[in-house]
Amino acid sequence: MATDILMPALSPTMTEGKLSKWLKKVGEDVKSGDVIAEIETDKATMEVEAVDEGKILSILVDEGTEGVAVNTVIATLGAEGESAAPAVKKAPEPEPAEAPKAAAPAHAKTAPTPKETAEPAWGETKPATVREALREAMTLEMRADKNVFLMGEEVAQYQGAYKISQGMLDEFGPRRVIDTPITEHGFTGMAVGAAMNGLKPIVEFMTFNFAMQAIDQIINSAAKTLYMSGGQMGCPIVFRGPNGAAARVGAQHSQCYASWYAHCPGLKVVAPWSAADAKGLLRAAIRDPNPVIFLENEILYGHSFDCPTSEDFVLPLGKAKIEREGTQVTIVAFSIMVDVAMKAADALAEQGISAEVINLRTIRPLDIATIIESVKKTSRVVSVEEGWPFAGIGSEICMTVVENCFDWLDAPPVRVAGLDVPMPYAANLEKLALPQPNWVVDAVKKLF
Amino acid sequence: MAATQSATKKSKKPEPAMSKDELFRAYGKMLLIRRFEEKAGQLYGMGLIAGFCHLYIGQEAVVVGMQHAIDSGDEVITSYRDHGHMLACEMDPKGVMAELTGRATGYSRGKGGSMHMFSKEKGFFGGHGIVGAQVSLGTGLGFSNWYRENDRVSLTYFGEGASNQGQVYESFNLANLMKLPVVFIIENNRYSMGTSIERSSASRDLSLNGVPWGMPSLSVDGMDVLAVKAAGDAAVAHCRDGKGPYLLEMKTYRYRGHSMSDPAKYRTREEVQRMRAEHDCLDSAKKHLEELGYSEEELKKLDDGIKARVQEAADFAQSSPEPDEKEIWTDVLVEA
Repeated sequence: MATDILMPALSPTMTEGKLSKWLKKVGEDVKSGDVIAEIETDKATMEVEAVDEGKILSILVDEGTEGVAVNTVIATLGAEGESAAPAVKKAPEPEPAEAPKAAAPAHAKTAPTPKETAEPAWGETKPATVREALREAMTLEMRADKNVFLMGEEVAQYQGAYKISQGMLDEFGPRRVIDTPITEHGFTGMAVGAAMNGLKPIVEFMTFNFAMQAIDQIINSAAKTLYMSGGQMGCPIVFRGPNGAAARVGAQHSQCYASWYAHCPGLKVVAPWSAADAKGLLRAAIRDPNPVIFLENEILYGHSFDCPTSEDFVLPLGKAKIEREGTQVTIVAFSIMVDVAMKAADALAEQGISAEVINLRTIRPLDIATIIESVKKTSRVVSVEEGWPFAGIGSEICMTVVENCFDWLDAPPVRVAGLDVPMPYAANLEKLALPQPNWVVDAVKKLF
Repeated sequence: MAATQSATKKSKKPEPAMSKDELFRAYGKMLLIRRFEEKAGQLYGMGLIAGFCHLYIGQEAVVVGMQHAIDSGDEVITSYRDHGHMLACEMDPKGVMAELTGRATGYSRGKGGSMHMFSKEKGFFGGHGIVGAQVSLGTGLGFSNWYRENDRVSLTYFGEGASNQGQVYESFNLANLMKLPVVFIIENNRYSMGTSIERSSASRDLSLNGVPWGMPSLSVDGMDVLAVKAAGDAAVAHCRDGKGPYLLEMKTYRYRGHSMSDPAKYRTREEVQRMRAEHDCLDSAKKHLEELGYSEEELKKLDDGIKARVQEAADFAQSSPEPDEKEIWTDVLVEA
């Protein structure tokens, strides 16, 4: 009886990967524990070990193939003398729809191609993942300015926990791409001190959850020193890394910090969605003379968008982008929730409601003008965030609208947010905790 | 370990680490700090200085001795007990006192206060109010020198209370791992606010606190400016040679309370009196100078000049205007 070897999920957010190398050939014997293949995930290159014993009967996915979905049958294993043919035929479809769902939220697989991703003024674009865009932004800025360097856990020799910094150690060397011990409080303070002395550090947090260890240095040292020194001593630094829920990593690794940092004067807070956002905003953040919190999203790292190729491409901080124009309701979102908002807008269009989607890009300073202008046109506003509702970014957006264009409103502002609970682990519960497009659709429909 | 033990012996019998002139200058600086702090205490009592105000009286030899071991271009960073460090860095007493009184002419234009003052020009990086935070920041100053491959050194001061903070050990690890030119200086004045060292630290010899990270260290009589200077010379030379960080434990004592609002019930008056009478850094330096031939008159003249300078600073601080109300909105962000 032949056994199927399936494409394994090797990280919490992996939905597909590259089958980079086969280490066994058809006809070779395999023992349990043998490395049979190498697979590149969204985080690293991993070895796949055989679980069962037998002879490789067939290899169904050639090495070098990219985008192999998790749970695809990649090879079959059988007993001596068994033929490959029946195994292939039999290769069952092991509930292909369900298994990937467990590995990542459904929307991770199908990023909608946004209607207006590229910045038209920047000319030529080509597809790039958010990961590549972030790497390019750092690389270009480090080439241009010797004071810019990258430090964090696993950024150098390991090539980045999420491979954002892949190849950067080779180009810039160990003095500018620096592996740190797992001591966020200490290395963050060290980076802030270096910034006070004129360097421009990029601090990568493996996730923003770990930055809580260092939040005193971010708020009390980085954000306040310029003010306390009467303008003498600034802190040009970028704190970046994945923020918010990944997938199935539980409460301590799934939290949105947008509201925490946006509360504090002295900081700028940026949350890109597309590859163009990632590249243009990160370059601006590195050049900015102030401390910038740069909130990325792990699920978006592998998403591909059209991105300007121009060497000069940069986006302004503090400016939102209308991703989709509409006339009857304004949906305000940031980071991965722009995906949710865009899907909701599609669904609403089918039901005859024209929604405008604003991608905030920067949370502090908030682009109030763009929000107000839109709401004055549509008369309705819904905010979408994956963070908790209480004292969240949605509260700020709703109050901003009330303060500035109350008379234009035809209905009360509405917040869509993650549920007010620590993130559960179970797949069904996790899905219930995070805003889905239909939540937004439902919220919008109540306004009419 | 060996370094620490031999150094302890060494610090008991210091080599003459300063020339006659240098000692005279050091004495003048210690005296300036003493007189300045006495005046600050008076102004606090008059309600002209408010909030937290931590006086450095008693500890002057530490910062002055160390300052004599470094060059211009090196960096200094400390906690909130920072007036002495600023004066040692040759920041203007007028600007420091004006900041204490919250005036526009202060170093932070009245927006920092006693605990938050800086002078990039003089290499003084604050003035930090969170216990222990300056240790990581000071490691970052050392990092910037390592990054730039210059031969500058950062002096990072903290109290024995801060020495129990986790980030201090994270910084020790980073500094010796990367061989950063940082001199870590524990100002062990025996009391972290009201808690004595015996009640706050399981470590009985703080100079050994760098041993797990392989950091060389010295335990120093911090009431003796010559001993401090000698230890500082050794530590700074180690850093400049690219050998990484160095830890100095300065055994010192503060005569005043933790801050102005401290009733100081945690120690006896006799203990304070004994330290003042037997270990005062100014008394011992003065005695040295007299032995070296300075007359009572010369030293009195120095003191008179310093008193006048401090009075001038106090007058300046009281007569300067408060910051313009528009200043409340400035310096939140650098305009890009």
